[in-house]
Amino acid sequence: MPGKKVVITGMGAVTPLGLDVESTWKALCAGTSGVAPITKFDASAFPVRFAAEVKNFDPSLYMDRKLVRRFDGYMHFAYAATAEAMKMAGLDRDAVTAYGPERCGMIIGSGIGGMQSFFEESEAYIRGGHKKVSPFFIPAMIPNMASGMLAIDYNLQAVNFSVSTACATATHSFFTALRLIRAGDADIIVCGGAEGGVNIMSLAGFAAEKAISTRNDEPQKASRPFDRDRDGFVLGEGAGILVLETEESAKKRGAKIIAELAGAGTSCDAYHMTAPRPDGQGAAMAIKNALRDAGCTPESVDYVNAHGTSTPLGDRGEVLAVKSVFGDHARKLRMNSTKSMSGHLLGAAGGLEAIVCVKSIQDGYLHPTINLDNPDEGLDLDFVANSGVSCPVRTAVSNSFGFGGHNASVVIRAYQG
Amino acid sequence: MSEAEVFEKVKEIIIDHLGVDEADVKMEASLVDDLKADSLDTVEMIMSLEEEFQIDIEDSEAESLKTVGDAVRFIAERSGK
Repeated sequence: MPGKKVVITGMGAVTPLGLDVESTWKALCAGTSGVAPITKFDASAFPVRFAAEVKNFDPSLYMDRKLVRRFDGYMHFAYAATAEAMKMAGLDRDAVTAYGPERCGMIIGSGIGGMQSFFEESEAYIRGGHKKVSPFFIPAMIPNMASGMLAIDYNLQAVNFSVSTACATATHSFFTALRLIRAGDADIIVCGGAEGGVNIMSLAGFAAEKAISTRNDEPQKASRPFDRDRDGFVLGEGAGILVLETEESAKKRGAKIIAELAGAGTSCDAYHMTAPRPDGQGAAMAIKNALRDAGCTPESVDYVNAHGTSTPLGDRGEVLAVKSVFGDHARKLRMNSTKSMSGHLLGAAGGLEAIVCVKSIQDGYLHPTINLDNPDEGLDLDFVANSGVSCPVRTAVSNSFGFGGHNASVVIRAYQG
Repeated sequence: MSEAEVFEKVKEIIIDHLGVDEADVKMEASLVDDLKADSLDTVEMIMSLEEEFQIDIEDSEAESLKTVGDAVRFIAERSGK
């Protein structure tokens, strides 16, 4: 059993459904799809021509104008989501400095980092040789730079690095932050994931892998987790950030405690480069480890926010994992997929989905899994299909699984002082 | 191209790269001390100047450009050739 209680005092999100937590949550509850034809670049020659893009986003609202041009899109999203989370937590540079910057850290990761920057600078090199490569190429591309730069803005001097585990990045960041806070390396850690996911090379790469849906005639119906006719995930982007801290520091600062990050667990499939274990046992181990870490029984879990990407193998493996961990209780709890509407935010997905768990606890409401017209054979849990439901939630689990066989789960609980 | 014309274009590039106010970009302003350009800023700005004026600026030449005026005079002379 863990010693220190770790709580959530701030949340920030930039998603294909909205530019903050509230607008995103409202859109999710209304069953809105964030998927649409790609506008960021000409995708007409691609086998997939739609994605879940962040819309109407102006990075200059969150950073100095000169930084906008130098940073990759994933960093823009990280800045905006961090600004929201810090504000909610009652933290700014002065507050951090007053509290003790050597006790405050940051772990924001990215699955693919500055892929667009890498592409643009490669083009510059091919056009004009090494002299045309920007001095900001490396800083814009490396996935740790959001953490590095934001630490300057907020004066965060304790633990600071990034975790990169593909689509499990944000959840592994929470896992890591939780343990480091318990271990005493910091009192406060701002953490999560950010991804500039919708870019030319990312689309080309995922399309080549045949990992993404090709439902070009009905983009909004393309992300259909657990449905018989699902054919892959929908590329998304954005950021999801939490402020985690000890219960003690939250009380000392007079911060409003939103929920408890009760536990986190991880595992590796050790099975295949990209495919999950068909029996879901790797995923099951991560969930079990998280429950044990949180000191809670499977029966106490009301709600699972699925990784639920809408890939044929992934959804099946996750259902098997949940059945394996929860036994008969798997049929009593509810499990929805945020990605049915948001698309797949890759390394930021677990960030958004942890926030969804908190909102579900706060509002006693579960958003629907949309496009679930015909549940696939054997995928027979309560997926909150197509309309949301009022449901008291005290304990929620969020799952994330990444290429490389990386699995991570977190347990988020209603806070009781 | 006259120095005045060069100055106008250089000013635009400096404002864009360093995020400074137009009023601060004077001929005598030091790039590092007054306009707060760091080493990466300088490299990037030189690249933009090369692009804008279609010239090559060697590293040793770039190091000698301490003020806005240094850059303007250097470019006016180089692009006049």
